[in-house]
Amino acid sequence: MDLAIKPVLLGTDLLVYLLIAMIVMFLLSLKKNPQNRDRWRQVFSTRTGMVTFVIILSYISIALLDSLHFRKQMEPVAGQETTEVYYSNTINSVLDVMLGEMGENTERTYSAPLSLKSWVNENVIAEDGSITRAQPALVHAGQHLESPDDKVADIIWQSLVGAAKGLALAAVLIVLHKQMIARGERATGIRSTLPWRSAWITLAIVLGLLGLLIHLGNLYHVLGTDQAGNDTLYDSLKGIRTAVLIGTLTTLIAMPIAIVFGISAGYFKGWVDDVVQYIYTTLSSIPGLLLIAASVLMFQVWIDNNPQFFEVALEKADAKFLALCFILGITSWATLCRLLRAETLKISQLDYVEAAHAFGIGHAQILKRHILPNLSHIIMITFVLDFSGMVLAEAVLSYIGVGIDPTMASWGNMINLARAELAREPMVWWNLSGAFFLMFTLVLSANLFSDLVRDAFDPKTRVEAAKA
Amino acid sequence: MFAYIVRRLLYAIPILIGVNLLTFVLFFIVNTPDNMARAHLGDKYVTQDAIDNWIEEKGYHGPMFINAEAEGIETLTDTVFFRQSIPLFAFDFGQADNGRDISTDIVERMGPSLTLALPTFIIGIWVNICVALMVLMFRGTSLDRFTVISFVTLMSISYMFYIIGGQYLISKEWQLLPVSGFHEDDAWRFLLLPVVIGVIAGLGSGARLYRALFIESSGQDFARTARAKGVTETGVLFRHILPNTMIPILTGIVVVIPMLFMGALVMESFFSIPGLGSFMLDAIQEQDFSKIRAMVYLGAVLYIIGLILTDISYTWADPRVRLS
Repeated sequence: MDLAIKPVLLGTDLLVYLLIAMIVMFLLSLKKNPQNRDRWRQVFSTRTGMVTFVIILSYISIALLDSLHFRKQMEPVAGQETTEVYYSNTINSVLDVMLGEMGENTERTYSAPLSLKSWVNENVIAEDGSITRAQPALVHAGQHLESPDDKVADIIWQSLVGAAKGLALAAVLIVLHKQMIARGERATGIRSTLPWRSAWITLAIVLGLLGLLIHLGNLYHVLGTDQAGNDTLYDSLKGIRTAVLIGTLTTLIAMPIAIVFGISAGYFKGWVDDVVQYIYTTLSSIPGLLLIAASVLMFQVWIDNNPQFFEVALEKADAKFLALCFILGITSWATLCRLLRAETLKISQLDYVEAAHAFGIGHAQILKRHILPNLSHIIMITFVLDFSGMVLAEAVLSYIGVGIDPTMASWGNMINLARAELAREPMVWWNLSGAFFLMFTLVLSANLFSDLVRDAFDPKTRVEAAKA
Repeated sequence: MFAYIVRRLLYAIPILIGVNLLTFVLFFIVNTPDNMARAHLGDKYVTQDAIDNWIEEKGYHGPMFINAEAEGIETLTDTVFFRQSIPLFAFDFGQADNGRDISTDIVERMGPSLTLALPTFIIGIWVNICVALMVLMFRGTSLDRFTVISFVTLMSISYMFYIIGGQYLISKEWQLLPVSGFHEDDAWRFLLLPVVIGVIAGLGSGARLYRALFIESSGQDFARTARAKGVTETGVLFRHILPNTMIPILTGIVVVIPMLFMGALVMESFFSIPGLGSFMLDAIQEQDFSKIRAMVYLGAVLYIIGLILTDISYTWADPRVRLS
């Protein structure tokens, strides 16, 4: 019988869809403004820009796939007639489906990467009843092998198969994209000068690697397992959503506050300015980490006192996560607000704003037509610059114990758990590896990309580039 | 100058009241004292008497902001907010949940925090500026591009990986220094590793920032004039660019100096240094609100001192700046 599924909309999912809507709107607005389009073209005309963008886009796609949640219908108990449909208590996402059985293949405890045996000695009962200390075989690693000696050859072969699957998908996408470009060129008669080849190569590498990891991950534990026997690779991949969301949602929450306060302070001056300045000085004078910790703790107490709002554990964890994003957003708007206030002060003195006043144009129109467009570069630069900072901050917050809920996969939680394991002899290093590489790649790409965006949009660096 | 400082100190009062109000709202309005007592006493079946006792003992009883039953000035003073905030202004932080005096603890823990934070801070800035100046001499070469990329790479690695990696390599693998701990007689052995790691972890973002600041000044007219006069490139760098970049450098540095007292939270906890950073971490993990409020207040005071010091340092770095 085909089992039905019930879609689940978590709070953060809702914000993700909102985010997509905003990005689409932003892309549409690009078409209108030729100046911004030129600047983005400058970003993408460099190879670094293309490569890092494709990498960031892959992370975002994985995060989006992981944001489509549903609950599976439970299989009815045999021999029992039920009219009501029951749904499983665990929430799955599309990413879980794509990863296959990776998330469900739990062992009993630690095992090394690609190993067939557990890492910890246990009492093993032999066939004749005698008990020996040995490393028991893993339940979910290399089950298809006829003998353990075939392992190396099999791993190489299966890697090739997995990579080939990923590359095939990449090839299809690249060919489709090539045709799209060709059609665009035919329509406009302008040859595209963007370094698409770098983008394609990056895409091929990313998809090939993903194909390899997913294919091999269903047969072995590619990055080993942690203390509870969970697959490290699976946890690391699930951490992507948390990282991407915390980077984007936080900034999205901070931005409207900063824009409204910053612009009104700079434009209306007087008592509005005094009040806004007072609010952000007060907020930034509280040590950031303490304010975040205090707010998170308070929310924690509130959740514990009101359990009736949350049906499943993941919903609770998600509410906590959302609250964390809100708290981070509310504590981090001060810097952007200060920048926007200063810039608005400068712009509102300029002749064209004075002229607009003289023509009797209302405040709302002036703000919309003359002030806001001239601040967009600051907003954009801050958005990309803050992203990597938030990803790094998540790890520290989780370490302190005020970050992501421990039931939710996040790199901070993984690092936190792995810390104690480093003291073991021999060392359990693989639990760190996944979080380290995924985090490093994301943050490095985001940093390099934000540098390019800043170079393209910041008038100060633009002038310098023109001089040189 | 003196009048300016006095005025800035007076400005600080509404900010400190605001900080208190904010922490108060966070702690007492979001969760009623009743909830806090339940969370703290831990038991779901705790008697109402025990809760009332706890609230009374902590001074959380009575109305929050306005006491309608009291007369005269007491309508404002006989409230939880007033009782909880006024001692803070006098730096009297009261007792922690475990019965220890918070002020004594803070004074005691400031020492270890400073012995870690101060060397990290000074050596860090010195190294960052030296590296940035060195890179500037090679501007436009492939060495320059290579170092800039390494800066970005260095700053893309989470702080915690530096600590984990350093502890593993130096202390565990090579056994050169102790993994963690602190002892006053032999402090350097315990502090060397965290200081070095702190400097390396900050190198990427720091040196990159200073390089950008130096490049900005080096493109300005005074630098070109100096070069045209025939001043050597090193002379331009040290006599013209460095002094003229002092203002933006000081903006970033001076405000941090008072905050050094607060210690480094993650560093101290990884290396088990009994400073204020680990004090805060304990407070967060024990959910001890008196401690957190004390630290929030102390942090705000130090931040305001930092802002005033920054303004004063401008007059020292740039004779054109006058405070009035």
